[in-house]
Amino acid sequence: MSESFTGRVWILGNDIDTDIIIPTDYLALNTVKEMAPFGFSPLRPELASLIKEGDIIVAGSNFGCGSSREQAPEVVKALGIKAVIADSFARIFFRNAINNGLLLIECPGLSQIVKEGDEITVVPGNHITYEDKDYPIASLPENLMEILKAGGLVSAMRARNGLTD
Amino acid sequence: MGMTMAEKIIALAASVAEAKAGDIYTVELDRLMSNDGTTHLTIDMFNKLKNPVIKDVNKLVWIVDHNIPSDSPKTAASHKKMRDFAREKGIAFYEGEGVCHQIMMENHVRPGELIFGADSHTCAYGALGAFGTGVGCTDYLYAMVTGESWLLVPETLRFNLHGTLKKGVYARDLILTIIGKIGANGANYMAMEFAGDGMKSLSMADRISICNLCVEAGAKTALMEVDDIALDYLKLNGNRKPKAIVSSDEDANFAKIFDINLNEIEPIVAKPHFVDQVVAATECLGVHIDEAFLGSCNNGRLEDLRVGASIIKGKKVSDKVRFLVVPASRTVYQEAMAEGLIDIFMDAGAIVMNPNCSVCWGSCQGVIGEGETLISTGTRNFKGRAGHKDSFVYLASAATVTASAIAGYITTADRI
Repeated sequence: MSESFTGRVWILGNDIDTDIIIPTDYLALNTVKEMAPFGFSPLRPELASLIKEGDIIVAGSNFGCGSSREQAPEVVKALGIKAVIADSFARIFFRNAINNGLLLIECPGLSQIVKEGDEITVVPGNHITYEDKDYPIASLPENLMEILKAGGLVSAMRARNGLTD
Repeated sequence: MGMTMAEKIIALAASVAEAKAGDIYTVELDRLMSNDGTTHLTIDMFNKLKNPVIKDVNKLVWIVDHNIPSDSPKTAASHKKMRDFAREKGIAFYEGEGVCHQIMMENHVRPGELIFGADSHTCAYGALGAFGTGVGCTDYLYAMVTGESWLLVPETLRFNLHGTLKKGVYARDLILTIIGKIGANGANYMAMEFAGDGMKSLSMADRISICNLCVEAGAKTALMEVDDIALDYLKLNGNRKPKAIVSSDEDANFAKIFDINLNEIEPIVAKPHFVDQVVAATECLGVHIDEAFLGSCNNGRLEDLRVGASIIKGKKVSDKVRFLVVPASRTVYQEAMAEGLIDIFMDAGAIVMNPNCSVCWGSCQGVIGEGETLISTGTRNFKGRAGHKDSFVYLASAATVTASAIAGYITTADRI
């Protein structure tokens, strides 16, 4: 998780809610993989088909506000998104994303600077580089890094409690 | 330095003398609520664990409310999975009894408890002085298996309420006003605490409505002091005893304090597509509607139905509008029947449904089509929330929703 990576950016605005990320209608589908093509469809129906493995979402404030549906971060992950960078994240989404091993980074203002389609390089816990300029980012608390490194909370719990498959 | 209500409840759950905002604690949960929105996912994850156990089955409450009665073979299968698992393990299980948060308030929540609910509006439990917070199904599973979780102690926004709401103005107008003021992430990661002499004038229904909607400002939880009104409610509903009755110390550290005069609040409408996009209801007069919804964990209680019935009595629902009336629980439904409220709604041409989440969550019943507009006492007005992605939801009080159902366009009760 601490290794740097570079990816193409999709820009989204403020208050991207969980019903935008995956509308209620599609929650009845059997798997997150089946839901993924409908990710972000109320806002940008074409987006899910354009996202490629390793892409990065850069958004404004309050990303993931709304419902506790865990399918929201799962859909983002299933689309191949490597990390979501935002001015801020809604609380429940934040926990759900970490618990599912989806990297979230707070970097206020970045969505106003980066252009969609451009590439950025992320050095987790340190900084983001865009057009030769570095933007500092904080590292997550240790207990959350442990969950992310394990690939999610269930994996971390298995490891901690000796509950392995 | 003194402690806030949130700090005190977390300190109790973490078995420490003192907790302060910003610290992370491992806490023992008092109660774990889950509904048919995600429980099937929790069960799948549970079954994938090797030798999984439930730490304390007596703490679990499972409620089928989002899609009841089931609307497809898929939801029927999901409910069956939940029902079978609950019976096998001996989990308290409700099906068709009402919306999960109403069921929890009527039967389970005790002051001072720390409660995880796999639903964002779990913050409603603050109306009984309990720390309720929404989590996803993975956090829920972890708590179900270990009995514990980790929690960052939130800072607290304190709202001192003064005076009383004017006639024709409701708790829903108050909380929408507050959310409009601080914004959809104005309380992100924080607790919202309500106190002051104005609390005396707020019924339990008002209090639940206020706490329930705090997540729409991003709040982790909402909290209110336990007073005689709350104690009476506990006594009347199962004679429940508090775990602990806590209040914030005078020298507690609040991130910000707001003073709100209740008599200055006016009828409010939240416009599509954000809960914090609030305006005076009078600014939306005449907006065409296709459907109106009176119900949900926010405004489906007896008091809300009384408000609606008093406005619609002897009048008719507009022939351009479907008016859905959905009591929040079986108890509410029966009380409303005994008072004759259901007859009033039926006579007026409303569609009275069984207790469930209904169109508030955009599935099961009353979903709206392309280009349609809904006025709702539900919790959210996000784009596509109530159905088609190109539809529109306005949020308002039971009074404004009912008045609009009669008119066929958005209006206030005093104009009917």
